[in-house]
Amino acid sequence: MSTTTSLKYDDVNVGDELPQLDIPLTRTLIVATAIASRDYQDVHHDPGLAQERGSKDIFMNILTSNGFVGRFVTDWAGPDTLFKSVKIRLGAPNYPGDTMVMTGSVTKKEDGVIEVSLRGANSLGDHVTGTVLLELPT
Amino acid sequence: MADDAAKAAFLAKLKEFEGREVGTQDGADEVNQAMIRHWVEAMGDRNPVYTDAGAAERSVHGQVIAPPVMMQAWVMRGIAPPSRGPGNAQDELMALVESEGFTSVVATNCEQEYDRMVHLGDHLRNRTVIDSVSEEKATGLGVGHFITTRVEYETLEGEPVGRQMFRILKFRAGTGRQAASAGDGEEQARPKRPRPALNRDNQFWFDAAKEHRLVIQRCTGCQALRHPPRPRCDKCGSYEWDAVDASGRGTVYSFVVNHYPQVPSFDYPLAVGLIELEEGTRLVANIVGIDPSEITVGMPVEVEFVDHDADLTLPAFHPTK
Repeated sequence: MSTTTSLKYDDVNVGDELPQLDIPLTRTLIVATAIASRDYQDVHHDPGLAQERGSKDIFMNILTSNGFVGRFVTDWAGPDTLFKSVKIRLGAPNYPGDTMVMTGSVTKKEDGVIEVSLRGANSLGDHVTGTVLLELPT
Repeated sequence: MADDAAKAAFLAKLKEFEGREVGTQDGADEVNQAMIRHWVEAMGDRNPVYTDAGAAERSVHGQVIAPPVMMQAWVMRGIAPPSRGPGNAQDELMALVESEGFTSVVATNCEQEYDRMVHLGDHLRNRTVIDSVSEEKATGLGVGHFITTRVEYETLEGEPVGRQMFRILKFRAGTGRQAASAGDGEEQARPKRPRPALNRDNQFWFDAAKEHRLVIQRCTGCQALRHPPRPRCDKCGSYEWDAVDASGRGTVYSFVVNHYPQVPSFDYPLAVGLIELEEGTRLVANIVGIDPSEITVGMPVEVEFVDHDADLTLPAFHPTK
């Protein structure tokens, strides 16, 4: 990707695949992103309390799943990306020690709006699936 | 809440929350560069329009913007949120579901729409309505209720910037399929067994178990043995008692093999026996060292002790060799 140049609307075609993004799920990442999103729920930083609540370990919070969806799209499309919507559904938790592999492709392009469908999968299954609507310069 | 009528009554109470306004919440701070920087650093997001004024000016945005997916973070209530006061619909709903044991929480869906990008200096507020509360559902994580809220985001001046549908699952820990499979795969830390409720009447029995001794309470008035421990002899009424060591031998008086629901601190299938000791008292204990399908009533058994963790040792019974 480029952090300085963006794709144009006409550069993008239905079926285009976004470059894969691998996110190593370190304990530091899970805690740092939860705190950066002001989410202090104990299940995102305290392993003992997470276990008492029925989880095997701490796990990534949903605001961070959103954060990586946003990053995954602009890593590909660039700084001129104008987000219209981000819709996600969570499945398998992102636990420390795993890796989330993000993949996606362009699934629709009409009236100036591009739809990207994506997933972030870890060793347990799909952590996140979703669709993003965005606009790009013409 | 095994009873269907009680469940229906509980659901009716939950449904009363649908459509209720939670009210507005102002962001603690204006949209600012420091919080944006913390976010993009933690996420490893190098899009320059979030932090580089020059790059942002050359982009379609014309100025620094906050990551749009950060919308919710601007109005998060922090580590020790102040009370929203009595009558807050969201607090009341949470208290109600938690009163029935649905104390764990996980977010399952989030759908955001953006009317415009948010800039440095914007001060956001949200306005939340409880959209729906589901009936009780059995999910992979556990038995619980989905709670959906709709949240409008606007500036303090009232200009809409976006909206969000947010769904969480409030569930009972240890009642799901994931809990059932805990123990597979790499080092799954398992929660400890539930603690016995210790008191002055029964402490001696658990203390003896820690020393790998099976004891039976004895009335010093009439010498009758009794179990489980209790303060007063039901034969002669005496409050005086001591304890004697049991032989550890007995027979299976009755038993049950538990398959479901599975709690992560136990192994399944879980054989639970009612053991009649040769001294005549009965106690409940796990039956081990035998395929649960081969356990029979009347089978001779012998005690062994299982150290579950540093603070809990319990007797279990295996077939007499």
